Amino acid sequence: MRAFVFAAFAFLYLPIALVVLFSFNAGHHASEFTGFSVQWYGKALSNPFLVEALKNSLFIATTSALLAAFCGTAAALGLQRVGARTRALFDALLGAAIVVPGVVIGISTLVALVQLFAVLNPFLASLWPTDQPPRLSLGYGSIIAAHGLFSMALVTMIVGTRLGSLDRNLVEASSDLYATPLTTFRSIVLPQIMPAVIAGFLLAFTFSFDDFIIAFFVAGAQTTLPIYVFASIRRGVTPEINAIATIVLCASVLLVLLAQWQLGRRKPSS
Amino acid sequence: MTAVPDIEFRAVTKRYGAVTAVSGIDLAIPPSAFVALLGPSGCGKTTCLRMIGGFEQPSEGQVLIRGRDMAGTPPYRRPVNMVFQQYALFPHLDVEENISYGLRQARPRLSSRDISSRAGEALAMVQLAGYGRRKIHELSGGQQQRVALARALVNKPAVLLLDEPLAALDKKLRTDMQIELQNLQREIGITFVLVTHDQEEALSMSDFVCVMNGGRVVQLGQPSEIYDEPADLFVADFVGKTNLLSGKVAGLSGDLADVALADGTVISARKRGPLSRGEAVSVSLRPESLSLSAPGNGSLKGIVRNRIFLGSTAEYAIEVQGIGSLLAKADHVIGQGNLFKPGEPVAIGFAAGAPLAFPGPKNNGTNQREDQHAEILS
Repeated sequence: MRAFVFAAFAFLYLPIALVVLFSFNAGHHASEFTGFSVQWYGKALSNPFLVEALKNSLFIATTSALLAAFCGTAAALGLQRVGARTRALFDALLGAAIVVPGVVIGISTLVALVQLFAVLNPFLASLWPTDQPPRLSLGYGSIIAAHGLFSMALVTMIVGTRLGSLDRNLVEASSDLYATPLTTFRSIVLPQIMPAVIAGFLLAFTFSFDDFIIAFFVAGAQTTLPIYVFASIRRGVTPEINAIATIVLCASVLLVLLAQWQLGRRKPSS
Repeated sequence: MTAVPDIEFRAVTKRYGAVTAVSGIDLAIPPSAFVALLGPSGCGKTTCLRMIGGFEQPSEGQVLIRGRDMAGTPPYRRPVNMVFQQYALFPHLDVEENISYGLRQARPRLSSRDISSRAGEALAMVQLAGYGRRKIHELSGGQQQRVALARALVNKPAVLLLDEPLAALDKKLRTDMQIELQNLQREIGITFVLVTHDQEEALSMSDFVCVMNGGRVVQLGQPSEIYDEPADLFVADFVGKTNLLSGKVAGLSGDLADVALADGTVISARKRGPLSRGEAVSVSLRPESLSLSAPGNGSLKGIVRNRIFLGSTAEYAIEVQGIGSLLAKADHVIGQGNLFKPGEPVAIGFAAGAPLAFPGPKNNGTNQREDQHAEILS
């Protein structure tokens, strides 16, 4: 049994360890280790295409995570006030949104966006005073929208759980102590759920930063880091890819750990 | 009483869907009094307190605070403050921030010097001077209790509401806090309204006890009145210990009724409520009104089954043929070896006027615990 567990974990983590190891390879091949070097990190970071993709990814991840954190928190707060049935329905839908495979989300978002643009673009053109009306197309906007929507479900769940464990007496006590509903929200509710909001933001950021499938469908001409990595593999796996992978891995693990820490902080008293 | 009552209920009813938690309560709570709302869980006492605080709105009727109808007034505009059962201290604020929370909401704003000096006074009042910078989770249960008290009292409310504030404390601490709460109430002179299911706590702390059952006020009076002259069988049974004997009315004369007990003994009892000849009644006899003596005299005969020696008093469980087990309580005087032993036959007597006769057989109307309410009100 112990050996089996060991094998399972080795199967999971050995490839990752190899990627990290080979990112420090001095040689040109991803298959034989010829010496220790950090040259591929330098190469990766001086590659203009890669840096462009990295910037895109950071921008998209930040924007979509902010959007998701804000809208997700608002949704979680709103769901506090609906009836039990509506609540159950929304909880089920949220769960479903997280379970639906990325491929399905990707292709359905693509189809929906293309249809939407087909309707909106002629409409915009008819309204626009000049000859060059803005044309909606796939790109930053569509990736941010797709990622934001998905992560919103995540944030709503995390913040909703925290709100559920928030002592209702605290809100009543604040109200009893002459605080208006707005003050109560600002001074009591928000500080209590803030760790969950931050954790939600970090997870949303990590998801967007790492996501390949959805981004691949709706990116249009844009390149995010995962899309760049995928495209470069076709030209052969170089230690440069390993270096990028290692950077992304470290950043993601760090963010997820940060999110965990946020969620564990200041557990609401019961 | 000519003064405007601090709290007044006028025909207040509260329903949750099909469940009626409070039905048609009229109640005036006199100013500057320590009042306990006492009753079993689900009797509507917490709902009443929450309607004063503004957390629940009455379905019918009016709640008035110092003569003003509070309909539509949210909790944050009511001149009352509440000490919550689990204290509900804000975990992300320290002790002083918790206490000054209410003061910070005042408009026009108070100066920060005023706020901190008043918070300091409040801390000193509950004997926690110097604890201002502590975190809430660093305090013991008793200290948290004091912070909750200070947080409410610092605002100088017209009425302080206390929702089972001592339930979470251990017995020793509870007794200390009972005395401290009494002292605080006298010192500050505002009305305290305490909700409790603990009859001992209600009797020992308050100037007035309001006994509730099944969503209604059964009796409002001073603790001694409630104990000595219970309005009905429920109060007699719920407040303090008592022996309830079933019997039938054998004769009536003025305030007194002759009651034939199950074993045929006829005793004279004071009427509590209208009675007619032949009606089934319950007779309440407080354990301390029973006197035990050597067989020969007394109205009832029995055999001592158990003796519980408590130091200043001794309690006896006495088996009386045809009636059942009776509880008797006797003072113990040092050196006067008057303890009866288990197995010993005794005669039981009682002072005239001690037995009270209530209409209806026992176990009917007593301790009606409506658990469906308890769930909503907890």
